[in-house]
Amino acid sequence: MSGSIQAPAIDARGITRVYKAKPKDVTALAGIDLEVAPGEFFGLLGPNGAGKTTLIKILTTLLLPSAGTARIFGFDVATETRKIRRIMNMVAGGEQSGYGILEAREQLWMFSQFYGLGAREGWRRVDELIDAVGLAEQRNQRVSTLSTGQRQKMNFARGLLNDPWVFFLDEPTLGLDVSAARSVRELIVGWRAAVPGRTVLLTTHYMAEADELCERIAIVDRGRILAIGSPAELKRRVQRESIFRLELDRLAGGPGGLARLPGVVSAVAALNAPADPDAPVRQAVVINLVLREDSALAGVVAALDGLGAHIVALAKSEPSLEDVFVELVGRGFDDNEEAARSNEVPVEPHEAGQPDPEEKR
Amino acid sequence: MAAPGVAQPGLPAGGSPPPSAAPGLRAFVGRPTASPQAAANWTPRQVWANNLHSIVGRAYPRVRGLTREPSWIVFQMLLPFLTTSSFVFVYRALDAPAAYIGFVVIGGAMTAFWLNVVWMMAAQLYWEKDQGNLELYFAAPMNVMSVLIGMAVGGLVMSSTRAVAILFIATFVFGVSFSISQWGLLIAVFILTLAALYGFGMMLASLFVMWGREAFHLTQLMTEPVYFVSGLNFPVGRLGFIGALAIALIPLAVGLDAMRQLAFVSTGPTGTPEPWIEALILVAMTVVFIGLARWLLHSMEERARREGRLTVRWR
Repeated sequence: MSGSIQAPAIDARGITRVYKAKPKDVTALAGIDLEVAPGEFFGLLGPNGAGKTTLIKILTTLLLPSAGTARIFGFDVATETRKIRRIMNMVAGGEQSGYGILEAREQLWMFSQFYGLGAREGWRRVDELIDAVGLAEQRNQRVSTLSTGQRQKMNFARGLLNDPWVFFLDEPTLGLDVSAARSVRELIVGWRAAVPGRTVLLTTHYMAEADELCERIAIVDRGRILAIGSPAELKRRVQRESIFRLELDRLAGGPGGLARLPGVVSAVAALNAPADPDAPVRQAVVINLVLREDSALAGVVAALDGLGAHIVALAKSEPSLEDVFVELVGRGFDDNEEAARSNEVPVEPHEAGQPDPEEKR
Repeated sequence: MAAPGVAQPGLPAGGSPPPSAAPGLRAFVGRPTASPQAAANWTPRQVWANNLHSIVGRAYPRVRGLTREPSWIVFQMLLPFLTTSSFVFVYRALDAPAAYIGFVVIGGAMTAFWLNVVWMMAAQLYWEKDQGNLELYFAAPMNVMSVLIGMAVGGLVMSSTRAVAILFIATFVFGVSFSISQWGLLIAVFILTLAALYGFGMMLASLFVMWGREAFHLTQLMTEPVYFVSGLNFPVGRLGFIGALAIALIPLAVGLDAMRQLAFVSTGPTGTPEPWIEALILVAMTVVFIGLARWLLHSMEERARREGRLTVRWR
């Protein structure tokens, strides 16, 4: 199958990647199976060292798998590199590509020439994209003087120069402040709205970003996919009970009374609520209520009437993707950083003060 | 890329924004392609066009840099001119033949090309790797040789400006008189020298990426010895066997010697091969260096994909 019309956008089978290293080899990917449909926004969520970037490098033809096969729209990443490079693009967080000596507009034009655009067509496309990403005022500013956020917008524009059918985003908001990260996310969403049918593979270790943007997510840890599904599906995996946050004006006898009701698993005062059950009257009691199923809530509401308590606020709590990760791995992302570090490919220290290649003359 | 293709079932044609797309988002829409398969299959003409445009694209920062950083006038033109001047004064003090002044001036002009080849061709891919550009070059659809050729073309424009300036100023200041009999061969030798020199630089570029940090030491190691054995400031024939070896191996040495023989006919035999033989050596060098550059670049990419280190920043 080479470039089949019916091919998935991304089809990876048994991808393994082992890096030769001392004192022992490092397995970055240990048998990844992944299928992403055309037009899908797919996320790879995992801590540092999980293997996300290695997988992106393989899918973007920059790295060969040690075992397994991967295809982009039916084109083999090992043998049909040129074809894949014509239909994909990639942007990474913290990217410092290009030459500081050039203006933003010039830099984008230079890259446009690498992606098959003609000279005039390149300038036209660059001007369109500069406006689209909100860099109109910086178009004639030297790249070396752009802020981190502006630079990432420019990188995003670079990634769209060839109108990619598959867009790989490797931690695209890494190192950006809240506002700049939001801008980049809005650009991604805006591009998808303008050109539906394009496939995005996003890697991130920001749970909220994956939750907000992705239609499906694969949770990755130590080179393995632990679970794949939509954010809602993944959360349902850990949500065996219904969890509500209940705020009452008062509650005589404390939450213990609620815990004895049918269908109630537990009723616990939230941290900011008074915990003394003997107190005759309490103000603004907040209770975390865990029910076997949603229907048990009716019994709770009826019982509250009898206890003379009035509901001030009621909200159903959704588990987060972090809860999913903890459930799957048995630890949080932060706990995992240390473990992952021992699994990273050894890197040489950055040579401080490296000059801009084009400015060294 | 604009070739018509079969629309993928379930997917809209990529270039046509849906009716619901906000007007502001239309800017995101690029060149229309019916399907990924249509977009991936280029005609040979598209492939060639992409490679030619890539050459221009990569040459652009170097050409643009000429006007952005005028400090090169001091560092790349006036300072080398001082070096050339010092040799001129030495030769005058020794009552050397007048042609020797011309030899030094031509040597001074060619220094610009050699420095450019060593620092901005041979070591360039290594810097590009650290900058994160090398990865993007390999992930783009063009042949990466286009990038090397673009670097060479840009470097030629940069260095030619400097070389011509040094040549004219020194000729005027020191009153050099050329005696040229074969203009055509002189121009051919000059072009061949540059082709061989930049081919040499292109070949070294991949080696430097593979050898890593030692590239810097190698660059420094190469600069002065090559100055010496190339006879940048004296006729290379004076070096005897070493000079002959340099003529056989180093494009700067053979090119300089041929140009000197052709530009100062009156000096008589130099003890080195005839200019037309040296022109043939330059042709052979160009073919070998560019062929090796292509092979090494391909090998480097394959090794990078296997090992995962060469094109990746800081690895």
